[in-house]
Amino acid sequence: MSRFRVLIIDDEEELATTLVERLAYRDIEAVYALDGISALAKVVARPYDVVVLDLKLPGISGEVVLHRIKAQFPHLPVIMITGHGTPHGHEAEKPEGAFDIVAKPIGLDALIEKMEAAVKKHE
Amino acid sequence: MKHTKRPMPAVLPELKMAENKNVNQPDENRPSGPFGPPLSPYGRLRRFSGLLTSLIALIPLAILTIINYHQDTDAYRAENRYAISRILSNTKRTLEFVLEERRSALSFILSEKTYEKLNTNEGLASTLQNLKNSFGGFVDLGIIDSGGIQRSYVGPYNLAGINYRDQGWFEEVILRGVHVSDVFMGYRNFPHFVMAFKKEKPGGDFYVLRATLDMELLTRLIYNLELDRRTDAFIINQNGIIQTPSVFFGGVLERARFEVPPFMMDREVIDERLEEGQWLTTGYAYISESPYILMVMKRLDRPFWHWVDHRADLLWFLGISAALILVVVFYSTTYMVNRLKESDLKRARVFHNAEYTNKMATIGRMAAGVAHEINNPLAIINEKAGLLKDMAEHTPEYPQKDKTLIQINSILKSVERCSNVTHRLLGFSRRMEVQKENINLADLLKEVMGFQTSEIMHRNIIVESSFAPDLPSLESDRGQLQQVFLNIFNNALAAIPNGGRIEITAASINSGEIAVTVTDNGVGIPEKDLKHIFEPFFSTKGEFGTGLGLSITQDIVQKLGGRITVNSTVGTGTSFIVTLPLKTRG
Repeated sequence: MSRFRVLIIDDEEELATTLVERLAYRDIEAVYALDGISALAKVVARPYDVVVLDLKLPGISGEVVLHRIKAQFPHLPVIMITGHGTPHGHEAEKPEGAFDIVAKPIGLDALIEKMEAAVKKHE
Repeated sequence: MKHTKRPMPAVLPELKMAENKNVNQPDENRPSGPFGPPLSPYGRLRRFSGLLTSLIALIPLAILTIINYHQDTDAYRAENRYAISRILSNTKRTLEFVLEERRSALSFILSEKTYEKLNTNEGLASTLQNLKNSFGGFVDLGIIDSGGIQRSYVGPYNLAGINYRDQGWFEEVILRGVHVSDVFMGYRNFPHFVMAFKKEKPGGDFYVLRATLDMELLTRLIYNLELDRRTDAFIINQNGIIQTPSVFFGGVLERARFEVPPFMMDREVIDERLEEGQWLTTGYAYISESPYILMVMKRLDRPFWHWVDHRADLLWFLGISAALILVVVFYSTTYMVNRLKESDLKRARVFHNAEYTNKMATIGRMAAGVAHEINNPLAIINEKAGLLKDMAEHTPEYPQKDKTLIQINSILKSVERCSNVTHRLLGFSRRMEVQKENINLADLLKEVMGFQTSEIMHRNIIVESSFAPDLPSLESDRGQLQQVFLNIFNNALAAIPNGGRIEITAASINSGEIAVTVTDNGVGIPEKDLKHIFEPFFSTKGEFGTGLGLSITQDIVQKLGGRITVNSTVGTGTSFIVTLPLKTRG
């Protein structure tokens, strides 16, 4: 029985699939989407406890995807990831409505901590 | 103000060169000020323009002064010539009149009275008495026969019977019928002169009427002129013997120390000459029907001093005007050159800042692009390695599990190092966006030191940092602060030798501010340079420094509401202390 379900949205397939596999090792069920449209389809199709969303996506941008998700599921927490972040600067880049933001390369343990915090807060 | 129009690049190198030279070595060829210290280009400009303006203002004043001096001197001399000429003509007329009057009186006596009447003591005495009463100056009278014997005599001396036959004047009377003598002492022993007239007697014989006149008669005439102490009037004879006392040349019968002026009939002659820097104006006139020459002399004040005395008001005016001109020129030149310098510096600084900002913006954009592009593959490497680690850890009997984990950890560490670099680059690129945010100063200092890690390692430099644990965060501009400390660290690194030491401390101070101290054990800064180090274009790095680093650093710190100070001892090291407020105003 997984602890919670997470949808990972990132255009880097290698990264997304690897994350899915690693989360599985930690009893977290993860699903990935490579672009905004398929992500939105997936988020509607099944309920998720938390979404991890890349800011920079081909087609619809991460920010737009965030707003669409939030419009439909206001209580679904979304954690943003950014390749542009710095230890100090990424806070400024966090779009409104996002639960948190983490910089690439991702520290998996830190990400899991944030996901747990998000899930806990919205239970 | 031609200089303000000069294109920037022409100004900068010149300024830089001048300032750098000043610091590194005294340049023998540089023009120096009047009291030694070398002049900057602005000093030269100030001196040149001050000199030029002063000259243009003062030269016409000086020319007018010289013209006035000459006019005044000429007028002074003309005035003196006129005064002498007046004295000469008046006195000549008076003297000629006095002599003529007495000559006429004696002629009249001879024509009116017979020899027999005159040649008695009573007759002669009454005649003398009449002459004394009517004219004055007569001392005695005598009748001399054609043999030269004084037949009768009236006067204060006992001169009857004296023989004058061999005397020059007696011969002259015989020849010319009349004689007026030079002044002499004679038997009477006081200065007197003689008038003698020949009178034919019926039958071919003749006799001579001789009158002695006191020279006092003529002396008083001159005395009555009441001349000032610079003016001398006196009579000489044609041999240059003084006949009436002279102020300049001595008493009666002394020889005058100048040449007897040549004869001029009925004309006054005025002559001027310089004698020991003093003008001496001399006038003379021959007194007709006598051996006398009337001399009038006037010593003039030295013309310059006369002018100074005479035109004191003008000189005061000149002096005050000149002083005023010099003061105004000095202050206006200083003001203008300072304004020029300020504007040059301002432009140079703006120029440098713009260039720097531009450069940093370009670097920032590039850094951000590169960092972003690297972060994505880095994230994949990170996750793939993480997955391998997960697999190794979760799979029992994983072949060479320990060795694999060591390799994977090594990959993860390298990824972390890479990500530190990219994060730093991204953080640095953000300095362009001016914004205030809460800053943990300790983190910021570590981050800035991070840029120097490789240099610090290669040069074996020891960096010791101690940050107070209760250091509050401050609200300021991250990028600007990074630039400030980057500059200070760069200076510290440049100052120390390999194996040197840099200490960084940050702590709250009483005023509620945070003080960051960066201390190196480098060469130190000489005291004479210390007061200049925050000035633009001042550099101790020779041609390698722009001389703007600390100037800009100080600018930024002040803009952020803080201040920067420096302590240094040559041979011991230098401390820069940056004090920052917790909240930047404005």
